[in-house]
Order: sequence, then C-alpha cells, then structure tokens
Amino acid sequence: MKHILSVTVLNQPGVLNRITGLFARRNFNIDSLNVGETEDPSYSRMTIVVKGNDQTLEQVKKQLHKLIDVIKITDLDQSNIVDRDLALIRVNCTREHRSEIIQIVDTFRGKVVDLSTDNVMIEATGTENKIEALIEVLKDFGIQDIVRTGIIALGRGQLLDK
Amino acid sequence: MSGADILIKSLLAENVEVIFGYPGGKVIHIYDLLYECPIKHYLARHEQGAIHAADGYARSTGMVGVCIATSGPGATNLVTGLANAYMDSVPVVAFTGQVATSQIGKDSFQEADIKGITMPVTKHNYLVTDVNDLAKTIKDAFYIAKTGRPGPVLIDLPVDVVKAEAEYSYPAESDLPGYKPTYKGHSRQVKLAAEKINKAKKPVIFAGGGVIISEAAEELKELAWKGNIPVITSLMGLGSFPGDDQLSLGMPGMHGTRYANYAFCETDLIIAIGTRFDDRVTGRLDKFASQAEVIHIDIDPAEISKNVEILIPIVGDAKNIVRELLPLIKDKDRKEWLSQIDDWKKSHPLKYNNNADEILPQSVIESIYKITEGEALIVTEVGQHQMWAAQFYKYSKPRTFFSSGGLGTMGYGLPAAYGVQIGRPDKTVVNISGDGSFQMNLQELATISNYKIPVKTVILNNGTLGMVRQWQELFFEKRYSATMLDNPDFVKLAEAFGIFALRIVEKEDLLPALNKAFEYEGPVLLDIKVAQEENVFPMVPAGAGIKDMIGG
Ligand SMILES: Cc1ncc(C[n+]2csc(CCOP(=O)(O)OP(=O)(O)O)c2C)c(N)n1
Repeated sequence: MKHILSVTVLNQPGVLNRITGLFARRNFNIDSLNVGETEDPSYSRMTIVVKGNDQTLEQVKKQLHKLIDVIKITDLDQSNIVDRDLALIRVNCTREHRSEIIQIVDTFRGKVVDLSTDNVMIEATGTENKIEALIEVLKDFGIQDIVRTGIIALGRGQLLDK
Repeated sequence: MSGADILIKSLLAENVEVIFGYPGGKVIHIYDLLYECPIKHYLARHEQGAIHAADGYARSTGMVGVCIATSGPGATNLVTGLANAYMDSVPVVAFTGQVATSQIGKDSFQEADIKGITMPVTKHNYLVTDVNDLAKTIKDAFYIAKTGRPGPVLIDLPVDVVKAEAEYSYPAESDLPGYKPTYKGHSRQVKLAAEKINKAKKPVIFAGGGVIISEAAEELKELAWKGNIPVITSLMGLGSFPGDDQLSLGMPGMHGTRYANYAFCETDLIIAIGTRFDDRVTGRLDKFASQAEVIHIDIDPAEISKNVEILIPIVGDAKNIVRELLPLIKDKDRKEWLSQIDDWKKSHPLKYNNNADEILPQSVIESIYKITEGEALIVTEVGQHQMWAAQFYKYSKPRTFFSSGGLGTMGYGLPAAYGVQIGRPDKTVVNISGDGSFQMNLQELATISNYKIPVKTVILNNGTLGMVRQWQELFFEKRYSATMLDNPDFVKLAEAFGIFALRIVEKEDLLPALNKAFEYEGPVLLDIKVAQEENVFPMVPAGAGIKDMIGG
C-alpha cells in the first residue's frame, strides 16, 4: 500500500538528514520525498511517499513523531487530496517530429519550455499516473533525461494545522 | 559573559554536581573555568570512560549524567557511550568541543561532524552556532534528556561560540512545539486493562527498565501482590520487583529462567510495563507467548506493537498508570496458576555443579550476594559473567543492578561502576567483570585510583571471551577462533595503578578473599580464576522459540 505522509517540521539545518537517516536506519523505504517552506518560514512541509503494510506505516509515523523537530504528521486520505508531480523531460526531436510532440504535450496539458535543433524540453505537472502516461508516449521518440519532483499533496478543504 | 561562562552558569542552574570528561584544545576555555568551580570534574582516561561514568551516575541517581569531550577524536570517542545510553534510555547530556564556525566543513584539524555522526544514537543533538542560543539550548537539552523516555542529548560547541560574549539569561522552561511526552494514561484504556486483568486466569507482569525510570516499583509490588500476579523482569528491569519474592520469576529470554520462559508460553495475559520486547527476550516472535493477549504500558508510543502485537496499549508514565489501575484490580488468589509456577520453579531451578573442583563463576556471584546481604550495587561488563550476575544475585530494589542491556557494550562496567559509586557514595559498588571486557577500558583504573573511588572490581577470569567461546562450543564444533586470551597479570596491573589486588585460584580461598575485599575501604581488584568451560544455562539458541531451551 502506498501512503502519502504530510509532515510539518521545524525549518532548521539537519532536519532533512534526521528524517532520511531515520528511514535508512529503520529500513523503511522512501518512494519520494519533497520539502519546502510553508506559509510560516519557521516550518517546512515534507511530503513523503512510503510503501508498506499498516504495521510498517504505524512504525514510520511513530518513529517520525519521536523526532523533536517533527511537529505534525498527517497520513493523507488519498481519496480526498490534490496531489501533483512535476516533471521536466528532454526528448529527441528532429524537425519532422516537432508538431507531433507538441500535440502530445498539449493533450497532456504540458508545456514546451526549451527547444533546440534535435531535442525539446517539456514541463508537465499532474498526478503521478498522468506523468507516467506522458513519459510512456514520449518513449517512442527517445528520452534523453527526466527529472521529477515526486509527489506533493494537500488534503482538500482542510487545514493542516501545526 | 563568555559562552564558557554561560555554560557553567547553566549547568549550575540545572543543579549539576559532577562532570566526567577529558580536555582538549577546543574545550580548553571551558576547562579553564572548571579549574575553580563548585562542579566537581572527574578526569577519565578515555572519553568512552567519561560517558559510561556519566551513564552510571545517571542510572544510580536518577539525575542527568554530564560529560565533556574535545572536538574530533574526543567527540568520536563518545559514540559508543551515546549509543549505549540511547539503547538503555539513560539521561545523559554530552558536550563536545568543535572547531570554530568559520572552520567547519573544511576538514580542519580535529574536526568531526559529530552532530551528523551521532544523530542515530542520540535522542536529540545540537550544533550551537550563536552564543545567544546557548543557554536555551542547554535548557532544552536537559529537558529532553530527562523527560518522556529519557536518553542522551549532545551539544556541539564551536570554540568561537564558547569564546563569544552574550548576556546570560536562563529560561525558566522549555517550550518545544514538537515534543510533548504523554504522562497520563488514557482512562478508558486503563479500565479496559483492569477488566482484562481481573478476568485473566494466568496473567504475568513483565516489568522492564521503565518501571525503574518512572519510580514505579512500589506500585508494581502492590499490583502483583493484590492480584497474585507473577512478575517477570527483563535484564533492565532487575530490581524493579524483589528477586526473592515468591511471585518473582526472574529474567526471561535467551538466558532467562526456565520458569519465566514457561510462564510466557502458557500465560493468557501479559501486562508489560516499561519494556520493549527485545529479541533477546522473545526469541522467535511467532513462538512467543502464543496464548497471550498483551497489555502494554509505555511512555514511548513507538514501542507499542513494534515487536509484539498489543491488544491494549496505554501510553504514559508507568507510575501514574499503575496507580490508576490499582483500585480497579480485584483481589484474586489464582491458586492454580501459582501452583503451576511453583512446580516449574521446583523442577527447573537455576543450578550449577556445587561439587566442581574449580571455582565456578556462579558460586562467586552467590557468595557476593551472601556477603553483601543483597545490599550491594552490582555493575557488570558484558558476557557470561553478566548473565550469571543477572541470574544468581537477587536484586530487591530499583537502581541496584547496572548493565549494558540494549547495546551489550564490553568496557561499560568499570567506568560505569565509578560513576555509580560517585552517585551513591554510601553503597558498596561491585563491578562484576570478565577478563575480556575488563581489558576494554582498564585505563579507568587510573581514575578509580586517583580519586580513591572504592569500587570493587571482580574479574571472573576464565581466560576466554567466554560468551563467544560458549557459542563456538555449542554451535561451531569447538573451533575456538580468537576467543582464547593470553592475559596480563591483573594483580600486578592493578598494583601498578596503586590499587589493592588479590588473586584467587583455590576454592577454599574464595570466601576469605571476598570478605577481605569487602572490608577494605578503598578500591580493590580481585582476579578470580574460574572454570574455563563453564556455560550459561538455560540457553535459547538464536532463532529458536523460548520454549526450546537447552541446559539448566
Ligand atoms: C565492544 C564489544 N565487542 C565485542 C562484543 C562481543 N562479545 C559479547 S560477549 C563477549 C565475550 C566477553 O568476554 P569476557 O568479558 O571475558 O566475559 P565472559 O563471557 O568470559 O564472562 C564478546 C567478545 C561486545 N559485546 N562488545
């Protein structure tokens, strides 16, 4: 089971290290992890995607809670969230494929953000599934590079208080 | 005032009376102030000694142990001691020197990223980069170390921060938004637990170190006596319940008593208090207490259902919770269950061969028990002697047995013993040691000798790394790889440190020598030659269920 944890932490040096160190040492696998400041610069929010059964997840949450710098952990209810993954994808692209690729990108509501004689760079945001589908289609042209942020997510209509 | 001044003032505000440490360039400004300061500083001979001593001091007094080391090698020498205190939930605050903030990250002379290195082995740690944060950091560190589930906290102090000037103002309280330990148990859970206990036919209490930390020993006794519930104590829990009480089953697990392990196998309800179901206790998990439902009282929510499935968790302080539980517990005689347990006790007592020609280590422990009338504070190193000290000395009060439980650190005993003795100067302190472990921190004899700390060091000298040799004997066809020791003359060695020492080889010399040692007012070392091939039994082989004990 995939879980998306939204974790509010103190925005201080070393906190990311503490969190990832904890995962490594307890042998929990992180699928993706994303950090950024919140509306209050003394806090950061991490979106951590982990896979595991209920028991593993319980331990992950409890062990995270033990860290002094962790303020709050929410296991997001995936039926009621907005989640996004952002990808930059550079694809082989000769002149004759350009319009075809741009069409595909449009279909996925992506953007072409850079162009050169033999490749294009595409920016796409959306759910993980959507990004994966786009990548799948682009594979035919030959992908040169991909970078993805991994998931960020927030619950709909609810406040993630500290 | 300077950062160093603020440090000392803050320590005084925390009522720190003793510090264990070792100087160096990056803490020299702090040491300068220790030169004339009401806080007594004990100079260890290795930083590992200093932190184990602080750990022993903390365990014996219930206060926070404090140690200090210089940057780089001084700091890295603390790592084992921090891990040791972390595993056994001991409140320690460690200060380390650090290179100047402008030098950090440049591989400067004696630089080590001690905050990074110690993250996994501390409850929390700090690198102070602004002298204005120093007092608050110290306040928070002590608060974190001693509250909730206690543990070690490290504060890394760059030398320029120590030298910089700031106003001193010590906060009255700590306010950490992410740290709010729960002390009170959930009352509905307490009620549920009481109902379960009242209904149980064959309950056992499993008491761990948490009972000692929360000072819940009196409440534990009441609970056991009121409900006639037998008590199993983990290694860390020894002393939380009188070992000579009829209801005491001693220690369970790999080298536990047969009757404790049988009780776990047959019980229908485990009332676990302040214990973490270590794998040395449970053996193979799928064979552990398969008939039992489990109530778990613990201050650390992460311990609940970590290893064993828990039916009723109660997060909070053990003393509070057991107190709340007590009025709800019905008097029950539980005759059948207790008589079953008595049968096990009679048919499977802890035993050894009294008639052996050589001195058997178990008999040394029993003799020490007799001579000290069970009143000594026993510290151990790690190995067979540790298990015998757990099995054959009966601990009747909390804070009387001190051992490296979670980490199993050889070299813990000698420095911890003087820490314990400094904390409890009124008591006889005995370090029960193996010849291997003793050699891991024997330089601390110098500290003991310098300050005339009257610790009695008893080496059960079997000429081997006994516990490992035992495994090799039983599971590796007696291929004694790297476990036979060619030892120095421990008596001469002690004498070189100015410590009174005796060697005991013959059985009949044992009691007179022990008597002499315990009458002697200063530090003593006894080198007792014991049977080489004696084993700790019963034993649950690694990976087996606890019912499948061999020997004993
Ligand atoms: C620092 C450290 N290194 C290695 C070990 C592994 N170990 C556990 S028990 C033991 C043997 C201990 O020998 P000794 O101190 O002579 O005690 P005995 O078992 O003979 O009583 C060893 C090597 C350990 N626990 N700690």
